[in-house]
Amino acid sequence: MARVVIRNLNKTFDGFHAVKNVNLDINDKEFVVLVGPSGCGKTTTLRMVAGLESISSGEILIGDKVVNELPPMDRDIAMVFQNYALYPHMNVYDNMAFGLKMRRFGRPEIDARVQAAAEILGIQAQLQRKPRQLSGGQRQRVALGRAIVRHPKVFLFDEPLSNLDAKLRVQMRVEIKKIHTRLGTTAIYVTHDQVEAMTLGDRVVVMKDGVVQQVGEPLELYNAPANRFVAGFIGSPAMNFATVTIVADADGPLWAHNDGIHIRLPAEITGRLRQHVGEAVTLGIRPEDLRVASSSDPADLAFDAVVEVVEKLGSEILLDVKVGPSTMAASVEPTVRAKVRDQLRLALNPDRLYFFDGASQAAI
Amino acid sequence: MIEGAKWRRWIFFYIPLSAFIFTLLFPFYWMLVTAVRPDSELYRPWSAPNYTPFWTAHPTLDHIRYLLQETLFSTWMLNTLFISIAATLISLFCGLLAGYALSRLKFRFAGMLGTAIFITYLVPQTLLFIPLADIIRNFRLGDSPWALILTYPTFLIPFCTWLLMGYFKAIPRELEECARIDGAARWQAMLYIIFPIAVPGILSAGIFAFTLSWNEFIYALVFLSSPEEKTVSVGVTSELIRGDVFYWGSLMAGALLGSIPVAFVYSFFVEYYVAGLTGAVKG
Amino acid sequence: MAASDIATSDTYKSAVRRWPITRLLEDERWLAFVLLLPTMVLLGLFIAYPFVKGVELSVTDAKVGVPGRFVGMQNFAALLDDSIFRVAVWNTIVYTAVTTVFKLALGLWLALLLNRNFKGKAFTRAFILLPFIIPTVLSTFAWKWMFDPTFSVINWTLFRLGLISTRINWLGDPSLALISVIIVNIWRGVPFYAISLLAGLQTINPELQDAAAIDGARPWQRFWYVTWPLLLPVTMVVVLFSVIQTFADFQLVYVLTGGGPANATQLFATYAYQVGVGTGLLSQGAAISLAMFPVLLVVVIVQLLYIRRVETL
Repeated sequence: MARVVIRNLNKTFDGFHAVKNVNLDINDKEFVVLVGPSGCGKTTTLRMVAGLESISSGEILIGDKVVNELPPMDRDIAMVFQNYALYPHMNVYDNMAFGLKMRRFGRPEIDARVQAAAEILGIQAQLQRKPRQLSGGQRQRVALGRAIVRHPKVFLFDEPLSNLDAKLRVQMRVEIKKIHTRLGTTAIYVTHDQVEAMTLGDRVVVMKDGVVQQVGEPLELYNAPANRFVAGFIGSPAMNFATVTIVADADGPLWAHNDGIHIRLPAEITGRLRQHVGEAVTLGIRPEDLRVASSSDPADLAFDAVVEVVEKLGSEILLDVKVGPSTMAASVEPTVRAKVRDQLRLALNPDRLYFFDGASQAAI
Repeated sequence: MIEGAKWRRWIFFYIPLSAFIFTLLFPFYWMLVTAVRPDSELYRPWSAPNYTPFWTAHPTLDHIRYLLQETLFSTWMLNTLFISIAATLISLFCGLLAGYALSRLKFRFAGMLGTAIFITYLVPQTLLFIPLADIIRNFRLGDSPWALILTYPTFLIPFCTWLLMGYFKAIPRELEECARIDGAARWQAMLYIIFPIAVPGILSAGIFAFTLSWNEFIYALVFLSSPEEKTVSVGVTSELIRGDVFYWGSLMAGALLGSIPVAFVYSFFVEYYVAGLTGAVKG
Repeated sequence: MAASDIATSDTYKSAVRRWPITRLLEDERWLAFVLLLPTMVLLGLFIAYPFVKGVELSVTDAKVGVPGRFVGMQNFAALLDDSIFRVAVWNTIVYTAVTTVFKLALGLWLALLLNRNFKGKAFTRAFILLPFIIPTVLSTFAWKWMFDPTFSVINWTLFRLGLISTRINWLGDPSLALISVIIVNIWRGVPFYAISLLAGLQTINPELQDAAAIDGARPWQRFWYVTWPLLLPVTMVVVLFSVIQTFADFQLVYVLTGGGPANATQLFATYAYQVGVGTGLLSQGAAISLAMFPVLLVVVIVQLLYIRRVETL
């Protein structure tokens, strides 16, 4: 059993509160990704789970055992570092065998495990070489292999792919996913790249300024972000935001209004927004939910825009448009013809509107 | 190279450089020549015909033979070798541990202790030799190599510590962290991971310490009295001079032979020695 | 063990049993304590303790074989009246100042020469350090022989070149002795300065020199405005070490002149030796040694402050 439970975890460095009351329940065999911008506390949290940082307050349980006071060597975890951290004076075999040697495993057992892990990762030919003779991708595999041979309760990953070039990164991402599926070990993965988070995680934890913003499956975060930060962090290109005022019509319907936008809100969300009439709230629309309006689109679900930049990607066209005083991005069909300074009408998908409270930024 | 005409190169580069090299190395040449010159040529008055001080037509091994057979020179060499190696080993041991603690562990007095060790490096031996002589006598270590083996580390350890700290600081933290996660205790990570990676630094520190030990004089002069216990520097100074008469041939032979071990070690490890020297200076 | 077994095999081997001391040493503070203990013991026993004892000795009237009584500052007061002591202080200051200036200038020049690429550079660099490597006493004897009043090779050469008509008594003439000693010290110290400064030079980005050249700076200006300021931190450290060693120098003078003739080359260290060990007046010898300390302290502090300031530039 290798659940990881984090309860009311806090960490302060010399007065700087880096991790604030983090609570997380990670199930056995789950692959959880901690994601967020630099300085959000994700790496500090990971290091506390590893035992590399002391805990200011709170508890961490690995497999139902409180590990707060245990040194890293007794926690039965393995970690893959951003800079691989391969021991330069040992060859690949010894690098992978080191942990087992420290735990007094016998020679035959060590050999069996190292060979097995090497086979999974395809590095049998490198076993006698030194790290400096390997490429970046090979080194990362050795780092993975070192973790695998230990059969730990939990795998920890600290931005392992950041040092690889784009193509290699995609390759290794797939490899890591495959290995996780094969081995089934619980994993905690830290990254600042939301694409990695979405593709690798069974569940994703978004953090900002030491606080957990939202925990959920990737699609849940995409479709139902809990606040403006999560909405803007997940998804690429990022969600568009505009400040609008909720206006009530005499006969019922609500409108979202600002200098460039006047949209009637669909009935399903009117209920939630009723209490915010007269307030300024943030409207969020994803670029992929905007399209060029056709004659059949209702006029009160569209707005005017002036094209500023056209980016043709082949599979889609990204338009940077000016809507009233603000700028938005729209991802439209590649068949759209638009030039700079064109005036367009963009229609939106009424099912995919997001609203966030003006003060708290929480989703409404 | 210096830009410009060839004559500029000669004036501004080749000539000054040659002058430096000549001045710095001539005394060693002189040592060598004197050591193999027969006495009759050494002490010839200038007015004698064919006086050629710079080389000799009849090189002789007499002085060297005298040195090795009639004096305790070989004993002194062995003494110095033993003392230097022992002191170096002790200093390396202490320096490694202290350097590691100061550069890679966080604890309250780290800064203070680091400064304290640095300051002890600046306390010259000539300041301490009188009271130390007393202490050595009280510990019953007088006139034995142990008096030196235990006191040399006082100026070797600070240097070794400082040098090794520089090397340790360059080793990424993640290596230790990874080792600890892999199952190593802190001391195991230090011993199996950090120390092997710092081997170049250890070699540099060791060689530097060896040459510093070999070179030490005042403690050896004051703490040792019996001729059999003396080190090369002290022995040559006190035993090769009878009253006012200097046996220059043997003296130079002694100087030459006494320099060989150090020069030998140095020649194999020049890079390490220079790295040690510059590492200490660059901090 | 086949790869597929990894997923199903026993994933957790029970915790390795470790000695309780390992657990204690997991704590950073305990580990640091244990690691620093041998050093602290050795340094405490053979530096701190003697220092305290030295201070103690200097305020007594102890002689060899005669334990002393407390006499307060009597020894130090006597030193102020001691003409030899005053000569020694003056000599040491002159000795240190002159040699440092020359070692720095010549060492810098040599470093600049060595900073170029030429055939045999590595060799040259290795040989240049020899005066510093070879035990001081031994190379000093070579100089003593070179300065010999009757057989000096230097005199012979100068005579043959027609520059002198009588022998120069390098070490026996009171007005020349200090200069001779200074020469030997400079000879010994230039390599240390040169190699250290060379290392400093090599960390200076050559692009800076190129940029200055393009800006129209002449070689001398380039050196003064670009190279020298960047070299200052290394220079200050080298000078710091060198000044302390030179101020407390013993070996050179002991071998060449023993402090004479007529105390012309008497230094703090040689005088302390003469008084404390030579005549057995331990407490007075200790006082002379300790008299070095305030001056050294001032020099060290001044330099450390300067280094700190230069490094934060």
